[in-house]
Amino acid sequence: MPRKSTNVDMTAMCDVAFLLLTFFMLATKFKPDEPVTVVTPNSISEIPLPDADIMMITVDPKGRIFFSIDNQLKRKDLINDVDEYKKLGLTEQEKNSFAIGSSIGVPFSQLKSFLAASPDQQKEMNRSAAGVPVDTTNTSDANELAAWIRMARNTNPKLRITIKADNNATYPEVNKVIKTLEGWKIFKFNLITGLKAVPPGTAAYQVSQGKQPQ
Amino acid sequence: MAEMDTSSSGGHKKGPGVKKGKKLSTRIDLTPMVDLGFLLITFFMYTTTLQKPKTMEINMPYKDDNIKEEEQSKVKESTAMTILLSKNHRIYYYEGIGSDPTKPPELQVTYFKPKGGIRDAIIEKEKKVDELKRSGALTAKDQATILIKPDSTSTYEDLVNILDEMSINDVRIYAIVDITDVDRDFIKATEQANGGQ
Repeated sequence: MPRKSTNVDMTAMCDVAFLLLTFFMLATKFKPDEPVTVVTPNSISEIPLPDADIMMITVDPKGRIFFSIDNQLKRKDLINDVDEYKKLGLTEQEKNSFAIGSSIGVPFSQLKSFLAASPDQQKEMNRSAAGVPVDTTNTSDANELAAWIRMARNTNPKLRITIKADNNATYPEVNKVIKTLEGWKIFKFNLITGLKAVPPGTAAYQVSQGKQPQ
Repeated sequence: MAEMDTSSSGGHKKGPGVKKGKKLSTRIDLTPMVDLGFLLITFFMYTTTLQKPKTMEINMPYKDDNIKEEEQSKVKESTAMTILLSKNHRIYYYEGIGSDPTKPPELQVTYFKPKGGIRDAIIEKEKKVDELKRSGALTAKDQATILIKPDSTSTYEDLVNILDEMSINDVRIYAIVDITDVDRDFIKATEQANGGQ
């Protein structure tokens, strides 16, 4: 028998590939550059995370605290304020590194060397960093988180405060953050959670089905 | 690879014809295109996330050092239930607010189980409060009130789970309160009574 050609028509395969690609491009968002992986607990709450004006306080499983706000222009304002207030002597380049970066997990004393490092070095430093120091009272100098929060709210009064903590972060560490917020009279904030289904047979389930809870 | 069919029987080209008089047809091998497509898919699969993070709104009770401790006594014993979060996702709970030193409350132990766990305990409490309202012991404005006191050995996950149970069971009045030494003693006593776990 004469040999038959083995050329397969790849058009269909190409269509499928680009369909999948388009799906991923439209339906997903880029993972934000995180200094540390945090697995958040799940809740039935369906309130979406707002897109802008967010202050994110991240607490990792070991209790280290990282601080960030969104919007590069506001970040630039914030670092300018921090530089003035703490007299860190940051260069323009270091300030820009802050503006395009993500979270800060180092005390003020190490901030200049952190910002002077390259992004790869910053990733390394974040792995072993001690986090932003926090204390029980807002007036003490040791509570640097309180200072960051105050200055951030000065640059952007509309900031919404969110806490993204890991499942295994101990309650006392998260409580320090909450107490710091209460020190600035912030009693309303958001906890970032994953979504879990409403358990059937409960009051919330009946509400979701449109009936009145008993 | 791509091949050019220079025989005159071809003729699928879209562009302007070649003036040489020979009709050329091009058949392009699309395999590299597919490779590229899958490469891009893999890139997007790794760098993006389908999951949009949600948030849970928290309202802490307003704290002002100038306000005296009048707030504490406003919670009625019969409407209240205290939940203590302890280590290894364990939950202790008791009726009332535990403010009577002569009658120490009896602590019950449970976990975050869908059946027979803290959810059932909360639903029971809500039923009791409804009964008291029907019998007239409580007014229509009184609702089940839950005090959440996380111990230093509990985790953030426990806290979020208990707050979630509040919204799952439609508990309107609840508060996160600091754990007291009295409560810690209750926990110790219960642990010792059950073999020091």
